[in-house]
Amino acid sequence: MNDATKQLLENLNALAAGLFLLTAFGIVAMRQARGCLNLFIVQSLLLAASAALLGLRYDSGHLYGVALVNLISKPIIVPWLLRKTSPAEVYTRREIDQVLNIPTALLIALALAIGAYFVGIPLANAVGPEFRGPNVPIGIAVLLLGAFTLTVRREALSLLIGLLVMENGAFLAGISIARDLGMLVELAIATDGLVIVFIMGVLVRAVQKQIGTTAVGALASLKETAAPETDEALR
Amino acid sequence: MLERILFNVLQAAVVLIFAPLASGVLSRLKEMVQSKRGPSIFQPYRDLWKLFHKDEIASEESSWIFRFAPYIIFVTPIFVALLIPVLTRYPLFFAFMGDMLGGGFVLALGGFFATLAAVDTANPYGPVGASRTRMVGFLAEPVFMIVFFTVSFVAGSTIPYIVQQKWVTPLANFFAPSHVLLVLAFVMLILAEGGRIPVDNPTGHFELAMIDESKSLEYSGRGFALVKWGGQMKFFVLMCIFLNVLLAPWGLAGEQTYGAVLLAIPLVLVKVFCFLLVLVGIESSLAKLRLFRIVEFLGAAFITSVAAMIAQVFLP
Repeated sequence: MNDATKQLLENLNALAAGLFLLTAFGIVAMRQARGCLNLFIVQSLLLAASAALLGLRYDSGHLYGVALVNLISKPIIVPWLLRKTSPAEVYTRREIDQVLNIPTALLIALALAIGAYFVGIPLANAVGPEFRGPNVPIGIAVLLLGAFTLTVRREALSLLIGLLVMENGAFLAGISIARDLGMLVELAIATDGLVIVFIMGVLVRAVQKQIGTTAVGALASLKETAAPETDEALR
Repeated sequence: MLERILFNVLQAAVVLIFAPLASGVLSRLKEMVQSKRGPSIFQPYRDLWKLFHKDEIASEESSWIFRFAPYIIFVTPIFVALLIPVLTRYPLFFAFMGDMLGGGFVLALGGFFATLAAVDTANPYGPVGASRTRMVGFLAEPVFMIVFFTVSFVAGSTIPYIVQQKWVTPLANFFAPSHVLLVLAFVMLILAEGGRIPVDNPTGHFELAMIDESKSLEYSGRGFALVKWGGQMKFFVLMCIFLNVLLAPWGLAGEQTYGAVLLAIPLVLVKVFCFLLVLVGIESSLAKLRLFRIVEFLGAAFITSVAAMIAQVFLP
């Protein structure tokens, strides 16, 4: 492999990482639950692309495996599971609740992403030069953005996607630092993610059955109002 | 030296001559997508010809600004065309007179006078359109700034002739995240600044929904022709900046010969045509945004440009 090809592969990997960051911003700003899910699928594809490009660049068969596992589990199985478990009403609703309005949320997300620079650069400097790349700081930025999505959304499905975005961010950082982690670990992580999706999907369905909506932001406090007949009984 | 001056004037002439053609092709393509035949691609020229031969009427209440503004709107894109690479990849005579920020300021001057002229008339729709244009303008400004900062950060210069070479030497730079994201952000900016569909409907005739068009409602005759032509040239210049400086310098003349420079004219027009095809795709598949959603559209452009900057900073 000559230098020009190496340079090209590194730039393509950086491009995948840059677009990965952009999709995370999109998930913070997206109104529809379906749009969030679609962006998450794109993001997972970009993650797989980044893993494959890094595998090509550093000749690591293990990273191809990571790419393959990601390609199958996240863009295909996760949406399928969600469609099976969570109620269809979530996808058809147009607007979803958010604590902040979208421009404010985006500005805070921007500050978080820039803040990730100050966390990411010392980390990237701590590892060997061949591990340095855009993956670690961007992975950390996306991790923070996922956490931010979790805090501002009030819709169960978007919360779940925020969680998955955090996982994606951690993965993106991970594939550049630990290139030969062992296939078993990767498979375990992937299965874990799917189990989480399954449980959350079932939970969302249960919540919807109980209270008729999936806007879980309304469940901020537990109120136990005494029913009228118990009032009578007390007297 | 004489050649460089000649080529520079030729650049301005290309912008002057082909800007109406680009807008004619764009509207024809849009009509074709809607399965209509559409007007001839030379219709904008006929419109301009007709308008130049009509009487001009100006309100008695308007001041000198109203009469003066069309000339500024007409001249500013020509000035910018002298600064940017339209046909050549080597710097021409005026290239170092101003950088991309300077070009941005000159274009903004035209916009400023258009706004003033719209407020100057007593027509109620003028100020509405003017203030809306300002709203889009001040939201687009930070994106322009970040795009230019990132460009200067990557290329080490804001002179467009130096910037354009940076993206293709080596070719791997073309796929750098900062480049691709900047291109995305700038496409959104062109849509906003050119009054294109997700932000504004250029073919709409409903005054209350107008953003860009309502500023020229009061003009007639020669003044209207100049405003129209100026607007088409501004759009053409923005496309040239995008295609030649930010995207790639392919198709531009590399040698200082008349043949090479003349050959560059059709090549640049082909590039513009390809971009118009993309633009038609965007315009035909999106709906016009509500006024307050424009904030989100330009917010997305801002995020994209900042992501470009972040991706560049994060590279080791």
